[in-house]
Amino acid sequence: MNEIVPVVDMSGISIEFPGVKALDAVDLRLFQGEVHALMGENGAGKSTLIKALTGVYPIDSGTITVLGATHRFSSPAEAQAARISTVYQEVNLCPNLSVEENILLGREPRRRGGIHWKEVRRKAREVLDQLQLGHIDPGSVLSTHSIAIQQLIAIARSVQVDAKVLILDEPTSSLDADEVQQLFTVIRTLRDRGVAILFVSHFLEQVYEISDRMTVLRNGRLVGEYRTRELPRMGLISKMIGKEMDALAELERAESRRQPGRQDEAPVLQAQDLGRKGSVRDVTIALHAGEILGLAGLLGSGRTETARLLFGADRADQGHLSIDGTAQTFRSPRTAINRGIAFSSENRKEEGLIGDLSVRDNLVLAMQASKGWLRRVPRSTQDQLAEKFIRTLDIRPANKDALIRNLSGGNQQKVLLARWLITNPRLLILDEPTRGIDIGAKTQIQKLISSLAADGMSIIFISAELEEVLRLSDHIAILKDRQMVGHIPNDGVTMEDVMTIIAGTPA
Amino acid sequence: MNALLKHRLTWPVLALVLLLLLNQLFRSDFLSVRVQDGHLYGSLIDILRNGAPTILIALGMTLVIASRGIDLSVGAVAAIAGAVSCTYIYNSPDPSSLRTAAGGVAIAVVAGLVLGLWNGFLVSVIGIQPIIATLVLMTAGRGLAQLVTDGQIISVSNDSYQAIGAGFFLGLPISILIAAAAFGVAGLLTRRTALGTLIEAVGINPVASRLAGLSARSIIWTVYVFSGLCAAIAGLMISSNVTAADANNAGLYIEMDAILAVVIGGTSLAGGRYSLVGTLVGALIIQTLTTTVYTLGIPPEVTLVFKALVVIIVCLLQSSKARDLLRQRRRPVAKQSDVKVAV
Repeated sequence: MNEIVPVVDMSGISIEFPGVKALDAVDLRLFQGEVHALMGENGAGKSTLIKALTGVYPIDSGTITVLGATHRFSSPAEAQAARISTVYQEVNLCPNLSVEENILLGREPRRRGGIHWKEVRRKAREVLDQLQLGHIDPGSVLSTHSIAIQQLIAIARSVQVDAKVLILDEPTSSLDADEVQQLFTVIRTLRDRGVAILFVSHFLEQVYEISDRMTVLRNGRLVGEYRTRELPRMGLISKMIGKEMDALAELERAESRRQPGRQDEAPVLQAQDLGRKGSVRDVTIALHAGEILGLAGLLGSGRTETARLLFGADRADQGHLSIDGTAQTFRSPRTAINRGIAFSSENRKEEGLIGDLSVRDNLVLAMQASKGWLRRVPRSTQDQLAEKFIRTLDIRPANKDALIRNLSGGNQQKVLLARWLITNPRLLILDEPTRGIDIGAKTQIQKLISSLAADGMSIIFISAELEEVLRLSDHIAILKDRQMVGHIPNDGVTMEDVMTIIAGTPA
Repeated sequence: MNALLKHRLTWPVLALVLLLLLNQLFRSDFLSVRVQDGHLYGSLIDILRNGAPTILIALGMTLVIASRGIDLSVGAVAAIAGAVSCTYIYNSPDPSSLRTAAGGVAIAVVAGLVLGLWNGFLVSVIGIQPIIATLVLMTAGRGLAQLVTDGQIISVSNDSYQAIGAGFFLGLPISILIAAAAFGVAGLLTRRTALGTLIEAVGINPVASRLAGLSARSIIWTVYVFSGLCAAIAGLMISSNVTAADANNAGLYIEMDAILAVVIGGTSLAGGRYSLVGTLVGALIIQTLTTTVYTLGIPPEVTLVFKALVVIIVCLLQSSKARDLLRQRRRPVAKQSDVKVAV
């Protein structure tokens, strides 16, 4: 193998934040025409490294060489000028502008002091065609497209600037299987055109499918750089978490089947043909105490919409819902919460966190809300609860006064879980509780779900990862095209069985 | 030392102290407070007394802004409060009795509460943007006040009523005591109960707050009602101080002073974390400025420009970005909020 000169060569990168060494002498090399995966658990320093490369964080020591020139980026604009483009997990585009405006924002071709709209259209179309996205209407408003398409448009934007380096930070976390394939087609097209691609993802299978080489980080240090095909999955995982794999495999398998829920009693929650115009329909569910119901379906099949109906976040206009056999109409989350229902949204940042408040304030928020503002939860109780859940859920940093926006995704998720556990709900609806968080935290959360159900809590569990749904659930409700198409007990159901239902039932 | 420099109250307090010292430089008796007839007198007392209406309104404004709103109608509400109370006193059979004064005050307070309810209704139930919703009353309110006073300036002569704005109790002007009490009540109300945290939660992330079971509607309603109440009391002080209701000029532009006070005090217009103490300091800075203009003998035609200059300087001092530029430091502090789009 003859070494060619890397497009990007970061060496000995260190970044220190007050009190934390976020990166300690880390190297990263990206080669032309290669997909490079950056691997590591949450808090390993992946984001920090990316931000060093994109000029968001200044580096304390080390060198960054791009296309043979040494750079010291002090702003994202400088990194972009060096032909480095980034597409973040949350799409950073303007939803109210059209596709073409987004692709060419800030670089619109001009004519006589105004924008040359014809040229804008032509250029947008050209780049979309290059990426085989010709079916997207450049004049359509961005927000009318799915997250997946928006992400592809964000990539199209970076292609338009003729980027030499493309960084994709968790691009697949909200995509379903088909969309991931669509994204990968685009990534391969770009790779073949000689772009160096840095791919960050928690999905191992995807990493193995798309990447040629990987760099593994752990606790801000470099573990090593490997060729993907030479590093087996187990080897990668143990390098990422620094433990022997056996222990982890043990943990995963420890999800032995629990006692089935109490079927003899009246169901905690019963929904009959529940639905809402334009949202989801035919939701029929009976859930007993201590049972876990998994919602399976592709992205956009109506999983989240179902959860929102059951929680009163959206008001149902069809069918019936009853709690403990009493008919209910939920007008707002408040009424649902008062009936003992809790809902943790998939969208942590937008629908879960109160970013500028402390971990403690976030923890007690739901409890405080249900008590009303007059009866403040005493500070000592707040502290007690915060300390207890920081300990039992292993929330890091173990500081109840830290602002929650400074925590990593997995730890934020734990705080949100704790927010609901404090209210001691009878039915806990978890929408993608393990999305975008590392394996360690994921296993902890899965175990927690099992043990909560064993204690008699009913749980509705939503995940895009079908294996996870199969491993945890007592039964599985299957959604397709915003309609519930199946409801099966989970006794020896395989992924294929569920896939068959999804594929086979005409919508 | 570093922590002190970063504290969000350090710069406003520093600005206030500098302003006071500047005055002292030009008038050597500026900082002295003397006792005369058992009452406290002096420029400092004047600043507090004249600033009391602004302090009151800024208190209400702080909570409104923390909830991601804004209340432009406070000046008009103050005018209406003054108008209804003075008109009531003027038309009553016994215009100089304590009972009449109390009745006038009660009517004004009720008016403030009702107008606050109206604003809260527009914002939280109908869902109109706060700036527009309160703009309605800002414009219409002056008209309402004129209707009440029949377009006249209503003068009243009632000692009890006059005491609100110009009286003394235990040696201190009553208006200062009222403002202090309102400050204390607001502090206790928001920090002893969970109201403050919930207002901040709604201001930071309304969607997440709703999903956590907060009744954002009632919280938003509460802050506008409180703001209306504060404006009404301020209106009483203003009209009492001149023993007349002037529908056109009472509380004119006071909403701007109040918003400025909130911002100088370090509460972001984007909502969320707020500081009542900061607002107090902000309001005092603004009032001190007005006094400084007189002390320095600045010609009235450049008064507003001078005020604007000082406000800009204070805001720049507070901006960490501007401070970094001043210090010529290349290293920006890594903060999540600084993360920019890079596609």
